[in-house]
Amino acid sequence: MKPAPFDYTAATSVEMATASLAEAGDDAKIIAGGQSLVPLLNFRLLRPSILVDINSIESLSFITETATNIRVGALTRHYQLETSPVIARHLPVLSCAMTHVAHLAIRNRGTIGGSLAHGDPAAELPMMALLLDAELHIASVSSARTIAARDFFLGALTVDLGGGEIVTEIVLPKLPARTGWGFAEVARRHGDFALAAVAATLTVVADAIVEARIALTGVGRTPLRVAEAESLLVGQAPTPYLSGQTVEAVRAAMEPDSDLHASADYRRHLAGVLTSRALAAAWRRAKESAA
Amino acid sequence: MSTTRDITVTVNGEAFTAAVEPRLHLADFLRHTLGLTGTHVGCEHGVCGACTVLVDGDSVRSCLMFAVQADRRRVETVESLGHIGAMNKLQEAFHEHHALQCGFCTPGMLMTATDLMKKYRLASDDSIREGLSGNLCRCTGYEHIIRAIRALVDSKAENAR
Repeated sequence: MKPAPFDYTAATSVEMATASLAEAGDDAKIIAGGQSLVPLLNFRLLRPSILVDINSIESLSFITETATNIRVGALTRHYQLETSPVIARHLPVLSCAMTHVAHLAIRNRGTIGGSLAHGDPAAELPMMALLLDAELHIASVSSARTIAARDFFLGALTVDLGGGEIVTEIVLPKLPARTGWGFAEVARRHGDFALAAVAATLTVVADAIVEARIALTGVGRTPLRVAEAESLLVGQAPTPYLSGQTVEAVRAAMEPDSDLHASADYRRHLAGVLTSRALAAAWRRAKESAA
Repeated sequence: MSTTRDITVTVNGEAFTAAVEPRLHLADFLRHTLGLTGTHVGCEHGVCGACTVLVDGDSVRSCLMFAVQADRRRVETVESLGHIGAMNKLQEAFHEHHALQCGFCTPGMLMTATDLMKKYRLASDDSIREGLSGNLCRCTGYEHIIRAIRALVDSKAENAR
């Protein structure tokens, strides 16, 4: 339960971090909050030759607002997201989701960039990045690129991030006016990884849904957006029939695994129930915001 | 073998300088290097919460942080709260409400509760339960722990009135 020996360097800038990564080759790991990495080190499932600590890169910790976007630095802690007034005003669904992320001691340390780069298939933040059409900024020693969240998650704990790359910023477009949101999760204990969780937004104009988003986590190898279900809702007002159709589309889109905590069938059932709850809450909030 | 690093950490108000291997957990640094055995080590992978301490005022799992990362930081352990004969209010509340049985989880419960009370209103028992959900008590003495925190939160609200 003690990590294998490793070397350690504390970077104070992104340039320093990427230079250290490039020098070390594929054997280096970035440590941000360390809340997923350190257990893997303790179990010796990972044995990096060197840890590049980015906790001292102050320029990576921020939440700022532009006319159309919320920009979040990769080193921003979960607790900062949970309690940010900017997030509460513009992305309340994210504020809500953050209260489901692990426990306070973990939210104090864990970072948004770390959670996305780790890509746990039952974590909340990858799902929220998908729901909110996030874009990730990624830097390496020689280049910088951006990638949409929908292209970033490739498999369980597998993301489109090279050994020499570091996530620097997450850009979250503000939600349109008259958008309601819903979030529903079931976990064994509060703060545990989700058995299934659903986040949804509905943008409603004149009693009709003009945009629908449905994202899930815990129900497959990566978080999911369910375009088939979203398109069913556009142009409609909710009815029990439509809700049933939507739930069926969501259940059809997922490929959950069975494990110690829940069977695939139970997860599929749960995801449907949570979808209808999240959509009902989103509709109610959208109507309230129009009133 | 990796070389050691010199670190200076302020623990419970006192500055300590030591040479540490990068892989040394903060928990082991506190217990083995400094002899502060109040911090308990349960699962060593961030699940049980027994090793919770405050770093720069925020609760963290000291088995998920390396001592080298605490360089130039301020750490507070359960020893900072008080001692027999001069317990702080939280410890008194735990004593009063029988909020410990074997005592193994208690340091983590106390440090977690310290941070929870600072950051959340804890208006309902459910909010206390949620706040403690990352701390395991294998005696399953949760009810009394919740009662102790409830009593202290209520008495503080009373005094603030």
